[in-house]
Amino acid sequence: MTLTSETTATPGVPADALRKALTSQIRPSRPNPLTAVRVSAWRTMRKMKHYGVAVLFDVTLMPIVFLLTFTYLFGGAFAGSTKEYLQYFLPGVLVQTVIMPTVYTGTALNMDITRGIYDRFRTLPFWQPATIVGSLLGDIVRYVLALTTTMGVGLALGFRPDGGMGGVLAAMLLLLLFAVSVSWIFAALGVVAKAPETVSGSSMLVMFPLVFTSNIFVEPETMPGWMEAIVNANPVSNAATAVRGLVHGDASGADIGWVLLASGVITLIFAPLTMHLYRAKSRQ
Amino acid sequence: MSSQSTLAIETSGLVKTFGETRAVDGVDLAIPQGVVYGVLGPNGAGKTTTIRMLSTLLTPDGGTARVLGHDVVKEAGAVRSRVSLTGQFASIDEDLTATENLTLLARLLGFSRSQAAARAEELLAAFDLTDAAGRQSKTFSGGMRRRLDIAASLVITPDLLFLDEPTTGLDPRSRNQVWDSVRAMVALGTTILLTTQYLDEADQLADRIAVIDHGRVIAEGTTGELKASVGTGALHVRLVNAETRPEAAQLLTRALASPVFQESDPFALSVRTDDHERVAGALAELARSEIAVSDFAFGRPSLDEVFLALTGRPAEDAQTDQEDAA
Repeated sequence: MTLTSETTATPGVPADALRKALTSQIRPSRPNPLTAVRVSAWRTMRKMKHYGVAVLFDVTLMPIVFLLTFTYLFGGAFAGSTKEYLQYFLPGVLVQTVIMPTVYTGTALNMDITRGIYDRFRTLPFWQPATIVGSLLGDIVRYVLALTTTMGVGLALGFRPDGGMGGVLAAMLLLLLFAVSVSWIFAALGVVAKAPETVSGSSMLVMFPLVFTSNIFVEPETMPGWMEAIVNANPVSNAATAVRGLVHGDASGADIGWVLLASGVITLIFAPLTMHLYRAKSRQ
Repeated sequence: MSSQSTLAIETSGLVKTFGETRAVDGVDLAIPQGVVYGVLGPNGAGKTTTIRMLSTLLTPDGGTARVLGHDVVKEAGAVRSRVSLTGQFASIDEDLTATENLTLLARLLGFSRSQAAARAEELLAAFDLTDAAGRQSKTFSGGMRRRLDIAASLVITPDLLFLDEPTTGLDPRSRNQVWDSVRAMVALGTTILLTTQYLDEADQLADRIAVIDHGRVIAEGTTGELKASVGTGALHVRLVNAETRPEAAQLLTRALASPVFQESDPFALSVRTDDHERVAGALAELARSEIAVSDFAFGRPSLDEVFLALTGRPAEDAQTDQEDAA
């Protein structure tokens, strides 16, 4: 069986170009961690750009559906009028909007690990956690898109922030910080999970209790005492309370302080854990 | 550049176990620089595990390995800076374009933005991907993907390149392109270690070959030496009716004075022989006995036959035994 002749080069392999590429002797020194993080964040944003409007749909569809159904189906019953309920509910939806897509950090990281590019990264001389930190930071673009879209829809439906533009911006900044810290939880999950589907599947087990046992939808006063206690202890409730305060101009220092503390604690636990798991993975 | 007297790869008693399975079970290799070295074996023989240890992606459980004079465990960093690996499964980001993939790796290697862009362009031209530079690599064909993957391994020109089954699953044209790239690279001084399941491929490219099975090297030598050990030619016959195989086997054994190997395919037979005239006679005799033949070929021995000759059992067994171990 002879399929090829050894003397004639296959059309399509440009010998000169190959020679030129292979004689390159550039041996740069290793990039500093900051550059590696920036490059990784760039990568995450390029991927988002290729997905285009699909990214926007992914992250805003769910919150908008929630916004419409809760406001117009239950709003009157919950708060007397839909207009009244929207003032209470929209800040909560903002929290939900930004929390849901934190799972993407985990699935993206898991995809890298399960699909081979992780092996390539491991042999390169850069500061390895840069790929994780970079993708976390790149994902901020996703959160900003999601927050502004939901906010826009809210304003169109008649939401009026008493705290003005400044309050809205402060609330969004606080939420970005909170989202980045929560995305560390899914990053850790992304490192240990066997497949990207495992990350998104199991995330629902965390997401739903976290979002529903909070004060996003209703005031906890009418709940049984034990449930009220759970809801008040949920960091998502703290975030919703702080955001409500900021957009309506009556936030207390304690409300904001609790969110900052929760973000700090989550990051302090899950960032080192993720890095540790990631490094351990390479020492098989 | 180290002198040519330093071996590219030198291993002694290399071992890697996964649970109960000894995926690599005492591999000794001594590979000089500037050659294409083929590691031939079926699925699960331990080829990929060996290559992953040599490229520092896995830590050996026993034995030693030196790559270009550096210990793969104690001097992993030095090894990494001089070798590159193109794995069996494309290690590129499928969401990114070809240019973005190469730019990303160049930047992570420390190239400046403009250097990275220039290098990406150079590599795309070298692997005939310039026209597809701006396309997401998930839209690429298998051959293009493999070429991009090889290009990604060459952002910094390595002294030693590992290619893990570089042509598995490729169509003949893409396979030839990969082969041509391999020949060009070795001509320019890069040492290449490639694994393959195909004797034909090892034959085409490799200066020396190690045959590996159940984690052990069972034969080593030049392609000529290896082929001499299994005979230089073989007759492959495929029957119309599987029930006629015993009769056909008997007839061929007699006609060719050589043992007949009944392949795992119940319709197929093969006989090692170099004698053209006898082959013609044997085929004529099959026709006279009214044993219908659907097709036949006279050519190089298959990997199955090499395995039979070296181990006394067909390669298929090794495949089913250790499929999970890879």
